[in-house]
Amino acid sequence: MKIYPRISDACGIFGVVNEKGNLIPGEDAVTAMEAMSPRYNGLGAGFAGYGIYPKYKDQYVLHTIFDDENSKTKVEEYLNSRVEILKDEPIPTCKVRKIRNRPIVWRYFVNPLPQKKAAAEKKSPDDQIIDLVTYVNSEIEGAHIVSSGKNMGVFKAIGYPWEVAELYRIDEYKAYMWLGHGRYPTNTPGWWGGAHPFNILGWSVVHNGEISSYGTNKRYVEQWGYRCTLQTDSEVLAYLLDLLARKHGLPLEVACAAISPPFWKDIDSTTNEQGRLLLATRITYNAALVNGPFSIIVAVDQGITGLVGLTDRVKLRPLVAAKKGDKAYLASEECAIRAACPKPEIVWTPKASTPVIAKVERAA
Amino acid sequence: MKIDAKRLHFKQLNKLLRDAAKKGVKEIEIVNVNGQRYIGTGIDHEATIIIRGAPGNDLGAFMDSPTIIAHGNAGDCVGNTMNNGRIIIHGSAGDIVGYSMRGGEIYIKGNVGYRAGIHMKEYLGRFPVIVIGGAARSFLGEYMAGGRIVVLGLGANDDELVEDYLGTGMHGGRMYIRGIVPQEKLGIGVKIDSLNEEDLAELRRIVTKYCETFKILSTKIWESSFTKVVPTTYRPYGKMYAVYTLE
Amino acid sequence: MSTIPPEFVVKIDPEKCTLCRRCIIECSFGALKLDKDKIVSENEKCIACRRCVVFCPTKAITVIKNPLVFRPHATWTEKIQRDILKEAESGAIILVGTGTNLPYPVLFDHILIDACQVTNPSIDPLREPMELRTYLGKKPSRLQVKEGKGKFKIETELAPNLKLETPIMFAAMSYGAVSLEVHKALAMAAKELGTFMNSGEGGLHKDLYPYGDHVIVQVASGRFGVHKEYLDVAAGIEIKIGQGAKPGIGGHLPGEKVTAEIAETRMIPVGTDALSPAPHHDIYSIEDLSQLVYALKEATDYKKPVFVKIAAVHNTAAIASGIARSGADVIVIDGFRGGTGAAPQVIRDHLGIPVEVAIASVDDELREEGIRNEVSLVASGGIRSSADVAKIIALGADAVAIATAALIAMGCTVCGQCYTGLCPWGLTTQKPELRRRLSVTRGAQRVTNLVSAWSMELKEILGALGMNSIESLKGNRERLRGIGLDHTILEILGIKPVGR
Repeated sequence: MKIYPRISDACGIFGVVNEKGNLIPGEDAVTAMEAMSPRYNGLGAGFAGYGIYPKYKDQYVLHTIFDDENSKTKVEEYLNSRVEILKDEPIPTCKVRKIRNRPIVWRYFVNPLPQKKAAAEKKSPDDQIIDLVTYVNSEIEGAHIVSSGKNMGVFKAIGYPWEVAELYRIDEYKAYMWLGHGRYPTNTPGWWGGAHPFNILGWSVVHNGEISSYGTNKRYVEQWGYRCTLQTDSEVLAYLLDLLARKHGLPLEVACAAISPPFWKDIDSTTNEQGRLLLATRITYNAALVNGPFSIIVAVDQGITGLVGLTDRVKLRPLVAAKKGDKAYLASEECAIRAACPKPEIVWTPKASTPVIAKVERAA
Repeated sequence: MKIDAKRLHFKQLNKLLRDAAKKGVKEIEIVNVNGQRYIGTGIDHEATIIIRGAPGNDLGAFMDSPTIIAHGNAGDCVGNTMNNGRIIIHGSAGDIVGYSMRGGEIYIKGNVGYRAGIHMKEYLGRFPVIVIGGAARSFLGEYMAGGRIVVLGLGANDDELVEDYLGTGMHGGRMYIRGIVPQEKLGIGVKIDSLNEEDLAELRRIVTKYCETFKILSTKIWESSFTKVVPTTYRPYGKMYAVYTLE
Repeated sequence: MSTIPPEFVVKIDPEKCTLCRRCIIECSFGALKLDKDKIVSENEKCIACRRCVVFCPTKAITVIKNPLVFRPHATWTEKIQRDILKEAESGAIILVGTGTNLPYPVLFDHILIDACQVTNPSIDPLREPMELRTYLGKKPSRLQVKEGKGKFKIETELAPNLKLETPIMFAAMSYGAVSLEVHKALAMAAKELGTFMNSGEGGLHKDLYPYGDHVIVQVASGRFGVHKEYLDVAAGIEIKIGQGAKPGIGGHLPGEKVTAEIAETRMIPVGTDALSPAPHHDIYSIEDLSQLVYALKEATDYKKPVFVKIAAVHNTAAIASGIARSGADVIVIDGFRGGTGAAPQVIRDHLGIPVEVAIASVDDELREEGIRNEVSLVASGGIRSSADVAKIIALGADAVAIATAALIAMGCTVCGQCYTGLCPWGLTTQKPELRRRLSVTRGAQRVTNLVSAWSMELKEILGALGMNSIESLKGNRERLRGIGLDHTILEILGIKPVGR
């Protein structure tokens, strides 16, 4: 199994969503990311766009990077045994001087094949896709699936956000929801899969900070069958959300309360049903508590569709929120929001460990 | 003097500022500011810097003299380790306002985030002051060693002016919070007190200057009483460590 | 006449001695007496408890190891020779008290904890919130939450859990092995600290009933003192299967220590030996354990968590898995270094495994089987400091139980003579004149001080790790590194070596 060294995530993050599901041009996300340039050191950046493949909106899209043709062949052989590939093509890119050693980037629009198992043993299509992604990412050398959701894709590489945007021609896409991420890692990862956002199915996470409870959270999600191949904090965060919100069916607000719960003194003084809920959540999901400084922005399209912003319990990382008309914004710094939206209606900083959720009424 | 900050990296912008201040320019207006950091940092000449837009982190860090007036929300670390001067924000500020501030004034029209006034200090008669027009989040005045923090809570609900862990670890200085502060919000080593004549006089001076700066009336402010928050001891952790020698 | 030379020699400085005879009164082993105008010692009786040293007003006394040399021999060491001589003289099993003294490697001393620098800030434990609260008991594997009109309601029913304000509780010491005063002191300390003590297998004296909220009562094979009120008054019930100091062996309270009060509490005749041989006679297989667990739950209307205490032995992981499926709520794993009031030396020193590996392997096994949430794990057996507490929690324990450390806080000098009933500090004795030597309030204060200090130290450790709640340390092997441990042990502990 491939193991990567653990790298900490100092960075700048951004997210925007149109709550009516109307499309936002990719430039907006890029402009926002440019404004926070002191937060990056060029060793990784990425974007996630939702609603970018309307023609194939019911298929799972696998954005994949390959070191060489050999790994591509191996992966396609494997894919053909697990899914029906409706269409596949290179992800359109552009030459960018600063980005060297480019791997092959490809996208596959797939449907899982029917399973030859008894009904009781059958896994849901979502779980089949997770298994597939886990297998490719941990067992096939030189290949990595960077996103596996429907009607969305993650675009990432080693470089600054604007370089990565240019590389993947982000300005040619329109999405109802965007995430942006620029990294400042503490060593040179040397490969593109390590950049962010991290994605699994409809969950994409961008994260600023470092999780001190990583070992605990990792062992917890692994009990439920997830495999942490990347050793990054964003990965374990995405799995925690998938486990709590999708597998366990917890409402998003409750999943966030498990990840960033109130202090015992505040739970003790909360009465009635709400108090009981907070206590039960914290006791049951004690291993899902994420400790250490963090600000996360999550784009989700998994039953529920929307953007979520959340910080740690003592607010050690910045997060700013804003709204204008149908659009909601989240970013590490206000300047990112103002670059994309010069006159927001309201700007505020969310309270520690209190989620900001902007739901989409109807995806485009 | 007017500078257009559009497309300027903070390094370029701040060099222009420092050079101008050194040359003796008394008033510098910067427009189209969006996220540039360290504006006014390290300047120790008297000058007035007017910012239009949203300045980035560390506004006026390590500053010693100038006056900065920002027309927009500020980021984190406003007045970081500031020695002297004035920072006036027509808007809100982020976290860690006035970290380790030693002198001068920071006036915020709106709200501040977490840990405002952390590590503020007093030394040799110099005396930092932070006045927050709106509300402040948790850990206000954490580990404060000197100076004054005033929270006016204009436009905020009564129970929202300050949050918990208020003044945790405070061992010097004073906070004046408008209205009532419930015990549960107090951090470690602080207590509530009422204001005496001297305190009131001091508070009046601060509030008057603040109101003049933002051109607002002080009548609404004096409709409520203020609570004084002070440390209970100058050595809150004296008994925590056991001294013993083996050998 | 014994040919075994004394181990210790009492030295009294004649210049300083004022012949106040305090030392003679204080020595409960009768090792000192007045001979004309001098205090002389019968060194064979001295067991180096240091009571005389502490109480001499002029500090005239010191106790040294007998400088008489046993001719050095690597195989036939002094200790081995002494043991043989004892057995040759008595023809009996050598009995000992406290935990093992043999120099097996202490794994805790080969584990280092991580700390935060730069990329992840440490947290200031003095000013920022730091949470040590721990809930012990069965947890659901997931919650069913219903959403309606913007409000949420839990549908899952939760099993009873005990709330500890610090992850440190007091381990079982039976009333009989220890004095009533010790039990009272521990109960008062448990209440003050927001944690729990354990009655041990000698029943619960009525004086402790008011502290019931902070007491876990034990049901051992002898079922001493087990009746309905005993179960009702307690916060939790512990089925004692085994004890780390003497795996496979039961409890043994010599008749000398069975006074009227002990007999009443244990519900047995005065002066008889109180033996509770190891197997519960209704538990000869794992499904029987489940039967007893449910019997106790039925008897208490499912309101109290049921603990099962086992000694750490070779297949502890498999045993724990069985216990987790039996309906029990908490498993207490007592490592081979655990203390005892009386145990055969050979059993204490040679049976069992260290709690560090036991907890690591049980934690792994339960996670592997997807049942880690069914039980909380409490580690005991030689937990000596807050560092040990932090390390064992990182290895997978929910909490720890201490006993020897609490006794040392109350005055124990680890002389190991507990089974004689002559404890000079009034801890493991039933003699009234010796029991008087322990002040309950002072004892409670000192134990409270100890656990408070450890709790503060734990907060400092958590702060250095960049965590503000203990949940984030639980099972977090990633924050531990081994130093001087071989590859296999590292693998079993699930930790990396320093430098990786």
